[in-house]
Amino acid sequence: MSFLEVTGLVKRFGQVDVLKDVNVELEEGGFLVLVGPSGCGKTTLLNVIAGLIDADEGELRIAGRRVNELPPSKRDIAMVFQSYALYPNMTVRQNIAFGLEMRGVPKPERDSAVGDAAETLQISHLLDRKPSALSGGQRQRVAMGRALVRNPLVFLFDEPLSNLDAKLRVEMRTEIKRLHHRTGVTMVYVTHDQVEAMTLATKIAVMERGVIQQIGTPADIYERPANLFVAQFMGSPSMNLFDCEVVISNGDKVLQLTGAPSGVRVGVKNSPDADKLQSGDKLLLGIRPEAIVHRQTRAQGGQSITSFEVQVDVVEPTGPDMYVLFRVGGREITARVGAGSRVAEGEVSTFGLDAERAVIFEPRTEKALQLQAVSVIKRSEVA
Amino acid sequence: MTSAPLRSYGADRGISRVTKGFTAWLPRVLLAPSFALVLLFVYGFILFTLYLSMTNSKMLPVYELTGFDAYVRLFSHPTWRKALINLALFASLYISISVLFGLSLAILIDQRIRAEGLLRPIYLYPMALSFIVTGTAWKWFLNPGFGLERTIHQMGWQSFHFDWLINSDMAIYTVVIAGVWQVVGFVMAMFLAGLRGIDNEIFRAAQVDGASPLRLYTRIIIPMLRPVAFSVVIVLAHMAIKSYDLVIALTGGGPGDATELPSTFMYSYTFTRNQMAVGSASAIVMLVAIAVIIIPYLRSELKETER
Amino acid sequence: MSAIVTCKPVVSRISASRVGIYAILLGTAAVFLLPLFVMVVTSLKSLSEIQNGNMLALPTNPSVAAWFSAWGSACIGLTCSGLRSYFLNSVFMVVPAVVIGIGIGSLNGYILSKWRFPGDQWVFGLMLFGCFIPYQVVIIPMAEFLGLLHLAGTTQGLVLVHVVYGIGFNTLFFRNYLKTFPDELVRAAQVDGASFYQIFRRIILPSCGPMIVVTMIFQFTNIWNDFLFGAAFASGRGAPITVALNNLVNSSTGVKEYNVHMAAALIAATPTLIVYVLAGRHFVRGLMSGAVKG
Repeated sequence: MSFLEVTGLVKRFGQVDVLKDVNVELEEGGFLVLVGPSGCGKTTLLNVIAGLIDADEGELRIAGRRVNELPPSKRDIAMVFQSYALYPNMTVRQNIAFGLEMRGVPKPERDSAVGDAAETLQISHLLDRKPSALSGGQRQRVAMGRALVRNPLVFLFDEPLSNLDAKLRVEMRTEIKRLHHRTGVTMVYVTHDQVEAMTLATKIAVMERGVIQQIGTPADIYERPANLFVAQFMGSPSMNLFDCEVVISNGDKVLQLTGAPSGVRVGVKNSPDADKLQSGDKLLLGIRPEAIVHRQTRAQGGQSITSFEVQVDVVEPTGPDMYVLFRVGGREITARVGAGSRVAEGEVSTFGLDAERAVIFEPRTEKALQLQAVSVIKRSEVA
Repeated sequence: MTSAPLRSYGADRGISRVTKGFTAWLPRVLLAPSFALVLLFVYGFILFTLYLSMTNSKMLPVYELTGFDAYVRLFSHPTWRKALINLALFASLYISISVLFGLSLAILIDQRIRAEGLLRPIYLYPMALSFIVTGTAWKWFLNPGFGLERTIHQMGWQSFHFDWLINSDMAIYTVVIAGVWQVVGFVMAMFLAGLRGIDNEIFRAAQVDGASPLRLYTRIIIPMLRPVAFSVVIVLAHMAIKSYDLVIALTGGGPGDATELPSTFMYSYTFTRNQMAVGSASAIVMLVAIAVIIIPYLRSELKETER
Repeated sequence: MSAIVTCKPVVSRISASRVGIYAILLGTAAVFLLPLFVMVVTSLKSLSEIQNGNMLALPTNPSVAAWFSAWGSACIGLTCSGLRSYFLNSVFMVVPAVVIGIGIGSLNGYILSKWRFPGDQWVFGLMLFGCFIPYQVVIIPMAEFLGLLHLAGTTQGLVLVHVVYGIGFNTLFFRNYLKTFPDELVRAAQVDGASFYQIFRRIILPSCGPMIVVTMIFQFTNIWNDFLFGAAFASGRGAPITVALNNLVNSSTGVKEYNVHMAAALIAATPTLIVYVLAGRHFVRGLMSGAVKG
């Protein structure tokens, strides 16, 4: 049985459904990340789990117990807020101890709990300072300390890193991951940053406008997105999309890439959805930038490479990699190649598509099809 | 304009040099008249009054200096002492009740009350009225013969007695009541603005921490309102010291000297009793009292805006 | 969608009965309105009704006779021609004072917020302190001064007084407001070759709209409601309405015509009340910018 269960949750504000039939489960010790573009759904869901907002419909269970009617302080949860929400008139020590004080924990126990939490987060030397005398990163640690000291069943994070600068964000992200390993507490984390989601989560729920688009492990979400939204939201730069059309070639169903240099085709292995394909169907082929390789290097993971020649528009070196942009069929495609690749703007280069890593979408429903793409080996390459 | 960049560089430099010199002193020139007026009518006049307070002027100004005589006479005058006691009593009650009341109203309204648009103007309208109007209304309201006392009698409670207005011991409290009524809306507005400036997340964190509403407000929110409270107290203290219209309209300073305040003392002793030197001295004392409160406040405010 | 819905909704702070909260607030509001209610009601009653009846009761035969009396025939001092001329005195005092005051304040505010020169903090500080002084400390010399200029007892004298003592507040309001006005716009205009005056008239002043309204309301209310200066410098024919009202109410001999008193008070209060009802929000802003930090 799952540790955190959200079933059929609906939340309305006035006429608008902010959460529409949300179902999520999380095992004990898991790290769930609610990720999606800026909007109301994820934060509202977190607030409902916390008990700060009541759900209109649906059920919420923590450790098997129904908590819909319980106030936040009785749910055994702790929360870390985006702007830390430290009480400005209290010292760090008092801030961390406040929740315990409200529960009537006697002073000696409070002090030792605070001391332990402070040590775990390495803020023992800050205990007598006021929040205004702390840096952003320190404040965030204090906020985590305040949550940690309650020994919660579930740790809730509401975009805790958004107010930090880029470098600090990476550091704190690692801190949070370490905290998770060390304490093993179940965590629910809200962010709009998909990198945070990928690095921290054991389970990701991608949300858009109050609806969960997909739930899965980071690998699932990244490699097998359920729809166009998830495919393009996760991963930076976004997944490339090629227009293609189903044609019959030698009795096999093949996807002909529209506008691509002649001959670029991708085959489809036999699978239920493959049988439903008709000649002339228009589909979208999704391939991530790193799955497009520069033909002078070896491909990763096998020989399923379909190659073509194309003129390069822009080359963007990033240090460790190079992004190469070119156009196919009216769409701008980004390939991620090694830093040392010999590609120049304006010149024609050869690129290959690692078809096994492609995801195929139905343009109207925007859903991913259950199809496995394979490379169509050109006769000239055989033997 | 398009040919401007083509004009010789030297000519441009010439223009800017003239402009620079011009605009360097033009602002000061334009500001000077106002500044001069302030220097004369505020500081010059204060010095004049100070001078008079060290003379023996009675009905008309006399310019022969007599030292601190007037101050000695002032502070040995029983009416002045009563005025000071009244002021201390009035100010402390006025400030504390207004702050308590205003803060409570602000906290209540901050609970996402829908009628706020209706309620706020009602609490604030007394400040739009002249003290004379206000005093007239309250004088009538508190009138033992026709006002509240009679109404309560007619409602059945015959033994209700409310003659504070003409009672020497209690009259000052009527001034407090009317004064608080006048100013509570303003105090509420200030605290409400302060409350609205508090990040919503603090409330959420406190809720997660399990703080009851009482603890939430006493331990967290109200301490955060300290800067606002400070401003409010300063403004109220300042208003209390300057209170004149309200007292004149409500009690005229009476009965006897029961509601005499420094402001009323100054006026009557200067213009009615022809004791100009003593009156001037009392005015200077009022000024010093205000300065002691306001100057540190202004300095801290100005320093903050510099940062 | 997100325009209507707040993403981080305000969570209700006190879970206690909202009924209780509304009760307290509405009850307090009722108490606040009581004096005004009593004034209106009393002004519409006949004297006998007032003397015998309950002050909270509605008038049985509402009549505006008292109002007409207050306006045109009530005895103030020795003359018995009502408040009318004093009302006009106030109008002729307030309007010029406010207009001139705003002109001065906006110019000063512009200078002090956009131009630095040695001693500018001191200049501002001295002007600012002038707002807070007890006026008792200047009325003696001012009385002498007005006497010298033969302005004693006149409305023009009061205009001068209110303009001079309004310099501080007006400057404060505009300076604080213009502090948030982007400096770059002024610099850009300078680069474009605009003169000091042109910048003021064509860039600064037009964007001061809201502040002009706030200042106008604040000053109008303060000057209309002033009593001390009026009583000290113009207690006779040239008195403003507040002084006339006080004379009417406090020194009437014989039978006290309470209904006339109330009507008179309401007449005196009407302009500021109307301004308040129409533009109360700006009034509050004015109050608060006067009190809150710069």
